[in-house]
Amino acid sequence: MHTVEKLTNGTTGGPVFVYVQDGRIVRITPMEFDADDAASWSIEARGKKFSPPRQTSLAPYSFAWKSMIYSPKRNLYPMKRVDFNSHGRRNCAKRGISGYERISWDEAADIVTNEIKRIKREHGPGAILSTASSHHLWGNIGYRHSAYFRFANLMGFTYADHNPDSWEGWHWGGMHHWGFSHRLGIPEQYDLLEDALKHTEMIVFWSSDPEATHGIYSAFESTSRRQWLKDLGVKMIFIDPFFNHTAGMYADKWFAPRPEAGNAMACAIAYVWITEGLYDKEYIAERTTGFDIWKEYILGKEDGVPKSPEWAEKECMIPAREIRVLAREWASKKTMLAAGGLGGWGGACRSASGNEWARLMISLAAMQGMGKQGSNIWSTTQGAPTDTRFMFPGYAEGGISGDVDNSAAGFRWVYRMFSVDQPTRSSINAPMGQHIPRLKIPDCILNGRYEWRGKGFCGPSIESQFHKYKYPADGYPEIQMYWRYGGSFIGTMCETNRYVKAYQTDRLPFVVNQSIWFEGEAKFADIILPACTNFERWDISEFANCSGYIPDTYIQCSHRVISLQKKCIEPPGESKSDYDIFAFLSKRLGFYDVYTAGGMTDLDWVKKYFQATDLPKYISWEDFFRKGYFVVPFPHDYKPTPALRWFAEDRPKDTPDWGPHPESQAEFGKGLQTTSGKIEFVSSSLRKFDPDDEERPLMPTYMPSWEGHHTTELYDKYPLHLISPHPRFSFHTMGDAKDSWINDVKDHRVLKEDGHYYWIIRINTKDAEARGVKEHDLVKAFNDRGEVILAAQVTERVPPGTVHSYESSADYDPVGEPGASADRAGCINILTPSRYITKDSAGMAPNSCLVQVEKYLGVAL
Amino acid sequence: MKKWNMIIDVAKCHDCNNCFLACKDEHVDNEWPPYAAAQPWHGHRWMNIMRKERGQYPLVDVAYRPTPCMQCDDAPCIKAGKDGAVYKREDGIIIIDPQKARDQEALVDSCPYGAIWWNADKSVPQKCTFCAHLLEDGWEKPRCVQACPTGALRMVHAEDAEMTKICDAEKLDVLQPELKTKPRVYYKNLFRYARCFVAGNVVLRDKDECAEGARVSLAKLSGNNTTTVATNNYGDFKIDGLAENSGRYTLRIDYTGYGVKTMELDLATSLSIGMIFLQPAKS
Repeated sequence: MHTVEKLTNGTTGGPVFVYVQDGRIVRITPMEFDADDAASWSIEARGKKFSPPRQTSLAPYSFAWKSMIYSPKRNLYPMKRVDFNSHGRRNCAKRGISGYERISWDEAADIVTNEIKRIKREHGPGAILSTASSHHLWGNIGYRHSAYFRFANLMGFTYADHNPDSWEGWHWGGMHHWGFSHRLGIPEQYDLLEDALKHTEMIVFWSSDPEATHGIYSAFESTSRRQWLKDLGVKMIFIDPFFNHTAGMYADKWFAPRPEAGNAMACAIAYVWITEGLYDKEYIAERTTGFDIWKEYILGKEDGVPKSPEWAEKECMIPAREIRVLAREWASKKTMLAAGGLGGWGGACRSASGNEWARLMISLAAMQGMGKQGSNIWSTTQGAPTDTRFMFPGYAEGGISGDVDNSAAGFRWVYRMFSVDQPTRSSINAPMGQHIPRLKIPDCILNGRYEWRGKGFCGPSIESQFHKYKYPADGYPEIQMYWRYGGSFIGTMCETNRYVKAYQTDRLPFVVNQSIWFEGEAKFADIILPACTNFERWDISEFANCSGYIPDTYIQCSHRVISLQKKCIEPPGESKSDYDIFAFLSKRLGFYDVYTAGGMTDLDWVKKYFQATDLPKYISWEDFFRKGYFVVPFPHDYKPTPALRWFAEDRPKDTPDWGPHPESQAEFGKGLQTTSGKIEFVSSSLRKFDPDDEERPLMPTYMPSWEGHHTTELYDKYPLHLISPHPRFSFHTMGDAKDSWINDVKDHRVLKEDGHYYWIIRINTKDAEARGVKEHDLVKAFNDRGEVILAAQVTERVPPGTVHSYESSADYDPVGEPGASADRAGCINILTPSRYITKDSAGMAPNSCLVQVEKYLGVAL
Repeated sequence: MKKWNMIIDVAKCHDCNNCFLACKDEHVDNEWPPYAAAQPWHGHRWMNIMRKERGQYPLVDVAYRPTPCMQCDDAPCIKAGKDGAVYKREDGIIIIDPQKARDQEALVDSCPYGAIWWNADKSVPQKCTFCAHLLEDGWEKPRCVQACPTGALRMVHAEDAEMTKICDAEKLDVLQPELKTKPRVYYKNLFRYARCFVAGNVVLRDKDECAEGARVSLAKLSGNNTTTVATNNYGDFKIDGLAENSGRYTLRIDYTGYGVKTMELDLATSLSIGMIFLQPAKS
């Protein structure tokens, strides 16, 4: 019997033990703590004592990692498209069509670096476009902000900035009413678990499904807490067009407003509170501004339309009497508004009405005295008692890049990590350089020019999202090369046949894809560089700690767990770690010594990283290396500081939150980041920027969607409103396709007779009957933007008129011409609009999407 | 002699599939002789999660019933197995011997719970082993139970008499008790999957208000059992735990000051009546 080693690693869905035997992974499990690990906290509330399980939880896609590691879809060798010749015919139009041939690493490196040198000489460094997929892998050394940015900064590149896809409405809307720019417009959540257990009587989950989306990265850490709250008798109301999985467990009442019309319900709730005097008048008077003006709007004195429940019923289809009962119950009970799944977020914020929704949520919570005992915006996922003083950075603090412009490295980390060696930054990937918005990559490549406001995640200040950009930036070249890191955008962005077309143009002479699996955009590369997973290299990380724009994210977890991500097995084939790929190529580009800080391996970086954290105060490197993980002790002198309690009580801020920047406040620590320091019903930042913007008025309003039931011409043609939330069983594209076991999950994909695993669309029984569609029939969902072939799930969990299909298919599999035929891999985002939320809100709105569905009768050849 | 039992709480399962996936992680590509050959990459569901949606929009609920091998004490598969291919261990776990059971495809159909799966490549029937190889190795629970984040799955290692007490105390059920297979897998809140409900929403027509506190009674036409519940503040009611296809019922709604409303219904499966409007009583 060969010995089984029990090693440690980390994933986007939790830290893991990895059992390895003879160079092969036997099993991957959550971590069960032992007696030597730090003790757990406990909370006493309402005569009961609550303490978390002594083990970590793990997300479903993390249980499927072995199938992704040993996937037949792994890129094992460097590959070249057969009809690509960097010295001759490039045949760009054949991308996505032609096959590949194996080449050596030397040949791949020569082609790639010779092209880089040629392009830099002929056009300049800004002609290289690069961007990563979200949540590529887990690990602070190997993460995209770290190894990738370190290389890309040294090479020089135009970054395709990521729009804040999970924040959108909070970022472009909510932020203008309460600040929190350092959180992209979503609120702090400290210590709200204890507050809720002690005081809360009701939770309204609005566009919130934490059992499916796990806050972020935190698996099922908060599941037991929702069970505690339920056992205490806390009532749980769900507002979501889909009877979601958290609702399935806990709902006392479910409301399914028509998509894009839930805001009418929010306005009507405010109407009831105003007309019946059911709001916190003192709080409104002392802690907010502009309420009287907004009140006029709600009462209809501004536009002649009272936003009454009867008015709302016509928009959102929820009976007026039920809206009234909800409003009265909400006002009579200490209520947490779980807006989105993290405390903020939610599919409702990724829509044309997303800005309005986020700021309506803030408005409703303000009317009920947000920050007072038991009343807040809190999604049950964050706010566990935690030692926030223990310093271990999240991935967004830059790892080994030290990039102070494009990560949170400058807040505290870069000084600890790079007291001697060299951090990196790029003058191109900086506000004065050249940029492309991720959503508009195709427009930029195909049209050669684009203008917009706001570069990616606009966190430094409220005003930074107003900054104007254009492509090409003055004096910068057009893109000549695209170094794609990962390959998810056809599944995750919007109107994604555009990406296919952008790949097939001669305007893009060279495409490299660095990817673990042969899927999605990897199929459109000229050269494929095979990367390996984080189970095949060294790294270090903490459970659910991304940090950056979600400071102290680990307060979702029941314990702070830091793991050494041990190299469990050798990379398969000739695949390499991202770090090793970059180091290898940097030799040919002349900056190997700078990139590797004198030849450091990934394990050397891990050790250096360890030393720069607070870990050495508690555990030696040798002990950490041996045990593989560390549970941060819970302090005996812990004093809870509930989120926004300081604000409600008009005290200096006492939470461990990172922001706002002192420059943005009259007196640092007093009040919010808005000009007034208060919650502003009428936004002063929007007034200063563009007081006449009709798409984003100064105060939250009900606005019919630019793609919804009021766009009658389109609605007549495409009568079903598609919502496509973040997926449950994959994390973006991680876990899906690639022959992973996740495909066997009944509610993820459906295996049909032709051997394909089809993505699921959920359609109401009546809509299905009208189309002759039965359970698991193949259907075609389509609109003017494209067609997707899906398996129908006939259900009562969506109302008639609404269809539901998660976004983020990992693969793309057109039945005919790529970019112009139906996709049977399930890229629902082929159908969603690429239009920005508003002209100056550069965010995506995939939940503003009308489609038609019909039975699929096979390919017309 | 202590034996292994599993308790599955249907009310706590939300279909996260951690049990199903942890099972694959443990068994796909891993041989655990003498208890199990490797599970194929795709296709088998040793932990098979069944979904049941009940009712009609907007009064719906959903339940999931994870279904492993029932580890029956009177197991049809043992009888169906030739050459002692299937046997029960002293600790209650049933093992299909991967060597002796070769080519015995008939075992698949012998299981009334559909818990035995055919591995065509290896020509062997396979099923859940309660991770016997791990329990022997000192694990306190199989992979599926360790993976379950809601507490829906629980192992009990106890004498049979003790387990009987737990069954009574927690009102546990087994699947298809009429088969008398004596499963060692027990279900809590199985009604959420196996029974049906009548639900509705009561409205005061004249005021257009939700009728809170209306008395809703459901009585079988051919019996004298009446269940009465009160509507909540949204006017919603739900009478649960009814047998599917149980025939005709009378539903009666009383609300002070309003006329009594009665209706007959024929219950096939869960029924959400929708809005029921009450008119003021004629004075």
